[in-house]
Amino acid sequence: MTDTQWPVYEVFHQQARGEPHMHVGSIHAPDADMALILGKEQYCRRQACVNIWVVPHEAIHATAYENDDIFIRGTDKSYRESWGYQTPKTVRATDGGTADDG
Amino acid sequence: MVVAVDHEASGLSSSEYERKLAEFEARINRGEKIEPADWMPETYRKQLIRLIHVHANSEICGALPEGKWIPRAPTFKRKLALLAKVQDEVGHAQLLYRATETLGPTREQLVEDLISGRSKFSNVFHYPAETWADVAIIAWLIDGAAIVNQVMMSEGSYGPYARALKRICYEEAFHLKHGYEMCCVLARGTKVQRAMLQDALDRWWAPIMMFHGPSDKVSTHTELLVRWRIKLKTNDEQRQQFLRQFVPKMHDLKLKVPDPSLRFDKKSQQWLYDDPDWEEFKRVVCGGGPVTAERLEARRLAHVDGLWVREAMVAAAQNRPIPMPSPN
Repeated sequence: MTDTQWPVYEVFHQQARGEPHMHVGSIHAPDADMALILGKEQYCRRQACVNIWVVPHEAIHATAYENDDIFIRGTDKSYRESWGYQTPKTVRATDGGTADDG
Repeated sequence: MVVAVDHEASGLSSSEYERKLAEFEARINRGEKIEPADWMPETYRKQLIRLIHVHANSEICGALPEGKWIPRAPTFKRKLALLAKVQDEVGHAQLLYRATETLGPTREQLVEDLISGRSKFSNVFHYPAETWADVAIIAWLIDGAAIVNQVMMSEGSYGPYARALKRICYEEAFHLKHGYEMCCVLARGTKVQRAMLQDALDRWWAPIMMFHGPSDKVSTHTELLVRWRIKLKTNDEQRQQFLRQFVPKMHDLKLKVPDPSLRFDKKSQQWLYDDPDWEEFKRVVCGGGPVTAERLEARRLAHVDGLWVREAMVAAAQNRPIPMPSPN
């Protein structure tokens, strides 16, 4: 029996122009053109789809879940958020004088 | 016992194995998904391979009795619907074989194991679809029973299987609705149509009652499978859910369920029924069903007849010229 364990392609589909491509699954295919055809048959039978990407599985590099400490926010990062700043509801501006940026 | 076998297979020291197992079970208890590269006990891997492989085989074999009826569909609308359903089932098999591969086996092995009869497929697809009403009963009640199972499994602990099942359940919704519509049409049709529908139910009732597998009293492994969220409900719980959902509708259609002892017991809030013949179930899933050989032969022929397509795809991939950058 011939081996048909072809390379794995990861499939990403886009529901409308301008939307991000989302990963939907993977398929085997002998080359990228065939992967596009098979990917469309397998993953685009129902929901709207205007475009698909296929990417060789080996081309994907991922972080390891064991290294999850790289995502831990060790220090207070509230300065990156809009809620990290408080402003009074009404402001009465001074008419100059000495600046004191608190 | 299971722990001892897994411990041996893992090649880890006792304490290291215990620690990994505890961490694995804690992740499952937190509702996390287990992914292909994660550590897992050997029994978890083996049980999942067996389960998803049988599920994939069943999708393929389930397409066969329905596929036979495509050229015989009574109207063009039914033909289109049946074509789409059969295409879905085969697509579902592809998704499930992919999920099985993430646990180790190759596609070749999985296909070969089905054709040679080494792996199983669902009991219901070992029986023939004799009339058009069988197509209606299969699409309504067997897809209905399968949805009970698949919705549950889509909350399971193994990521690739759970994700495949989400897609599958979404597509199955139309199969169920179409099946119910076909049954409604026959139930409200001529005397002959009604009789045909009743006859189909009479023949399919026992296989459908066996669909979710042996009773919990005799089913092996259930406790471990539930603990590891490979299964979320026992076979009997799934069967009860199926009966709750479908028996009232069968009564609505004035169908006579061919089990005189079937009744709802208010005290236990359970449907009571005559146990189907579990010896027949065992015989059928082990390859002794009325059309087991026909199903496997159809699968073998499709695989052999499709060889030139697979070879042509490889040849095309190898011969395709590499695009050259344009001179400017």
